[in-house]
Amino acid sequence: MVLNQFLLLSLFLFCTGVYGALVRRNGVLVLMSIELMLNAANLNLVAFSAFYKTEISGQVFALFVIAIAAAEVGVGLAIVLLLYRNLSSADLDRADSMKG
Amino acid sequence: MGPENVVFAVIAAAMVFSAIRVVTTRNIVHAALYLVIVLAGIAAQYILLASEFLAWVQVLIYIGAVLVLFLFGIMLTKAPMRGDNDLDNDQRWPAAVASLFLAGVLGTILIDGYGDVEIAEPEKIVRTGDLGRSIFHDWVIPFEVVSMLLLGALIGAIVIARRD
Repeated sequence: MVLNQFLLLSLFLFCTGVYGALVRRNGVLVLMSIELMLNAANLNLVAFSAFYKTEISGQVFALFVIAIAAAEVGVGLAIVLLLYRNLSSADLDRADSMKG
Repeated sequence: MGPENVVFAVIAAAMVFSAIRVVTTRNIVHAALYLVIVLAGIAAQYILLASEFLAWVQVLIYIGAVLVLFLFGIMLTKAPMRGDNDLDNDQRWPAAVASLFLAGVLGTILIDGYGDVEIAEPEKIVRTGDLGRSIFHDWVIPFEVVSMLLLGALIGAIVIARRD
């Protein structure tokens, strides 16, 4: 297996996540795009961990990233819920009260 | 092309298709279900890369927990369950240009830097025990920091979402 096949796949997932985070209106969908990006980074870490054979730290860091992603989804969904309660919609474009 | 490359190609094709559907579909629930395919594909890639513990962590945490959180988020915000044309804002083209530019730059660098470098067969299989030893020996302070961060995120989520 070539190292680049995993790196390019993760690059594709990351760019799809960037597109989704920029384009989507609904807060839950933006969080899903962020999950795509975090998973792409994880795949990169594990691919390099398999590439440098004696090195296991990549897998440890992927575990840390998974834990932080779980925390991020928890807080993010709480924020989206609060937004929904205040604006009665999860549309992020309507959260513009701090716009100058 | 060895069998592992065929497996990779099949899973990668499914992942690419589903990732595009996650960011383009007009139905939020479908986006969550396509996200399941992407996450399961990542777990399969972990198995291909011989890190089976991470693959099961991925299945348990992402498909088991994070996806349920997403579905609860969809239900609690009363998102339109049927197709909705209004899920995207009007920045489609600038966003597509930005992400394609990013893909071009990073892809050029990757192909230039790692061209045809092979992942060699491992001489020694990394077992889950080695992973645990590494976490609790070399990375024990980051591990504790992550536990504190999870606690903080838990309390923060409760404080933000509670009605008062």
